[in-house]
Amino acid sequence: MRSVDPGEGFTSWREIARRMLGEGVPPQEILWEAERGLFAPSRVREMPTMKLKVPAAFVELAQSVTCHSEPSRWALLYQILWRITRGGERHLLTIASDPDMAKARMLEKNVRREIHKMHAFVRFKLIDTNVETGRERYAAWFEPDHFIVEAGAPFFKKRFANMDWSIFTPKGCVHWNGELLTFTAGIPNNPVENPDALEAAWRTYYRSIFNPARLKVKMMKQEMPKRYWKNLPEADLIGELIETSRERVKAMHEETLRPEKPAPNNAYLGKLKEMSAVKPCGYPPDPALSLAELAAASATCRACPLWEHATGTVFGEGPRNARIMIVGEQPGDREDVAGKPFVGPAGKLLDAALAEAGLDRTTLYLTNAVKHFKWIPKGKIRLHQKPDAGEIDACRPWVLSELKQIAPDVLILLGATAARSLLGKPVQVTKNRGLMESPELAGRVILTVHPSYLLRLPDPAMKAAEYSKFVADLKLAGI
Amino acid sequence: MDHDTKLSILADAAKYDASCASSGAVRGNSLGGKGVGSTGGSGICHSYAPDGRCISLLKILLTNVCIYDCHYCINRRSSNVRRAAFTAEEVVKLTLDFYKRNYIEGLFLSSGIIRNADYTMELVIAVARTLREVHDFRGYIHLKTIPEASPELIEAAARYADRISINLELPTQKSLDVLAPEKSIVRTKQAMGRIRHKLDEAGERRRGGDKKVRHATGQSTQVIVGADTSTDADFLARSDELYGAFKLRRVYYSAFSPIPEPSRILPLKAPPLIREHRLYQADWLMRFYGFKTSEILTPETPNLDLQLDPKLAWALRNRQDFPVDVQTASRDVLLRVPGLGVRNVDRIIQIRRFTRIRLTDLVRLRVSLTKVQPFLMTADHNPSAYLLDSDALRARFLPKPQQLELF
Repeated sequence: MRSVDPGEGFTSWREIARRMLGEGVPPQEILWEAERGLFAPSRVREMPTMKLKVPAAFVELAQSVTCHSEPSRWALLYQILWRITRGGERHLLTIASDPDMAKARMLEKNVRREIHKMHAFVRFKLIDTNVETGRERYAAWFEPDHFIVEAGAPFFKKRFANMDWSIFTPKGCVHWNGELLTFTAGIPNNPVENPDALEAAWRTYYRSIFNPARLKVKMMKQEMPKRYWKNLPEADLIGELIETSRERVKAMHEETLRPEKPAPNNAYLGKLKEMSAVKPCGYPPDPALSLAELAAASATCRACPLWEHATGTVFGEGPRNARIMIVGEQPGDREDVAGKPFVGPAGKLLDAALAEAGLDRTTLYLTNAVKHFKWIPKGKIRLHQKPDAGEIDACRPWVLSELKQIAPDVLILLGATAARSLLGKPVQVTKNRGLMESPELAGRVILTVHPSYLLRLPDPAMKAAEYSKFVADLKLAGI
Repeated sequence: MDHDTKLSILADAAKYDASCASSGAVRGNSLGGKGVGSTGGSGICHSYAPDGRCISLLKILLTNVCIYDCHYCINRRSSNVRRAAFTAEEVVKLTLDFYKRNYIEGLFLSSGIIRNADYTMELVIAVARTLREVHDFRGYIHLKTIPEASPELIEAAARYADRISINLELPTQKSLDVLAPEKSIVRTKQAMGRIRHKLDEAGERRRGGDKKVRHATGQSTQVIVGADTSTDADFLARSDELYGAFKLRRVYYSAFSPIPEPSRILPLKAPPLIREHRLYQADWLMRFYGFKTSEILTPETPNLDLQLDPKLAWALRNRQDFPVDVQTASRDVLLRVPGLGVRNVDRIIQIRRFTRIRLTDLVRLRVSLTKVQPFLMTADHNPSAYLLDSDALRARFLPKPQQLELF
């Protein structure tokens, strides 16, 4: 049996562990203890240490576990290291149910939690302010169970880079001056006992944010164990808050019920009322309505059941005097939430194609044959569904009203749904794409594919070819 | 009115909002800046109140004056509660003072509606703008927004905040009409939709390598449980819709809480805390365990079993699917075993490549054997078919009857 001193932490332990492993000393022959006896091996320096390849996950685990105050941690880590390197158990780290690993993971968890609690429960006090620079200096006292000051310090550096601060603990202290973190030995007593001026406000906040009608003391103690309370300025309120809660709730129940007060004379409340009143939209739309009035009226359309599961009606968008009108199928997931046509992936593709065809989107009127998003849930997404003939027909009066208002020179129909809606009959797009003869709709009518068709093509070569054809179709509008 | 009184009124006015998350923000810190603050990673709860809720953010109202009349709310216009208002400067200073002492992760600012939605929204935004632009504050900011505020203002709020939220409050318009007559589900949904669209756009720009995008990373909402007659199925269906359509980070379920200013329209009741808890569990099952609402609740049983957690209740209704073999079952199947969480399922999947899993392995993973044993086969355990079929199985999981007190 050998007695070795693991030193201060991970670095010193690693050095010795490497040497022991190099010498082939099995775990059961090592006694890890801070030795002060006669035969204490000096901090090993005489022997060259060997470098070992161990999984990165082990180093990470060991860095945490060595911070723990559990005396057996050194031996436990060496045992795991031995098993990984000499025992042929390279996969040991993935076996969370192995007794050694379960123990190590538990220590690791304790350390991680203690670091987290340090980040949560350190309470700074303002010490002074530099009169020239205005820079403030803060200090805190914290009593951790484990050796976590070094591991916990970078968080404070990042968060409070522009103030000076010190955190004092019995297990080491850390100081920041705006440039450098320095670590000093632990001290036994709190050097900053005087309360901070803001503590009174913090206690007021704590008292006021507590809801006496929902007492869950166990939950609180689980997350904020009692051992931290003595350094938390708010904690001595807990007893009183719990004790008076029952009475406070009883008093609430005994209060007389308050009658309603009349609404103040406020224009905004009047407007809300008007917005909330469900107006019949007038279907089919009144031909005398302006474009803006049509858009407003369509918001409450119930001509088909699609409105029920959609966020809202997505009406057309673009200048009243647009020379070109484009009709797509229906809003998709993105258009539905944005309330605007062609803003999703298909819209982006359309934008690119329009630009390539020399058309400026802002001068066009864009709309859809069907104005509500039709979808079914699939996992976490809303999967687009093609509208059926009934839904297309129900929405036709809206799109025809838009057409009448815009009266474009050129009408571009994207895909079969738009064709079905405006031409009033099923049309095969791939067979009939290009210029159509339909003078009652517009001087020039172009039929082409819907951009979402291009998005769905799996083969890149075919996609590129189809995209060129799509752009060529759009160009027919510009001549 | 002195500062302390104002603080107590405006914190008291804010405490019915359950949201406390300070996680999920874009990573950032004060190095190289001139102020304080950092975000990113998991949130930190700096304290806990005896109501079991974490205190992570300074959660206050800018003012508790309100022209709305929501009957569950202490701040409604019909309430006789004492009114107060902070100035933007006061909130900014308090946030920084608390933050520098490491009391909080940041600010959660809401407000009663004064004058109109835009006016109120502008006041709230001014606080966030001052924190960000004047003080280079890089901590967490959550802003409550008003669906009727103009989209430009909601966008501005999202640029200064890490998270924004609109509270739905109640799951149906019918309930809102009675209890919160100024509110509209349709308008709330449309505002959430526009917010999601902007969140998506910001996310796309960020993923495209634009590091300078300053925009919130998520939105959340809150519903009040137990104030109206809505069933748990109503709540979960609504949540399902909100998660799906608007990609909410969280739906908070807040048990309707007695307030010192009870309304004639909505007399006080004890808060349904266990129901709130069950709804959270069911919500989790939908989001992380692959359950559909229709599996958790049916038209015949539209409310969750208060005595058993919803996964266990589901397993007891679907005993034909059990027992499953811990060694061979797929991840999806293991996730449905009562007593196994996401973490342990993933560990089991790793471990079983190397070893036959036994009950002792599960104990070391801190799995509750009482819970899993009837449903899970291991190398050394084959659950009794008799128990799985018997009526006693449900009884085994019911909470222990409270011993009667003498006298």
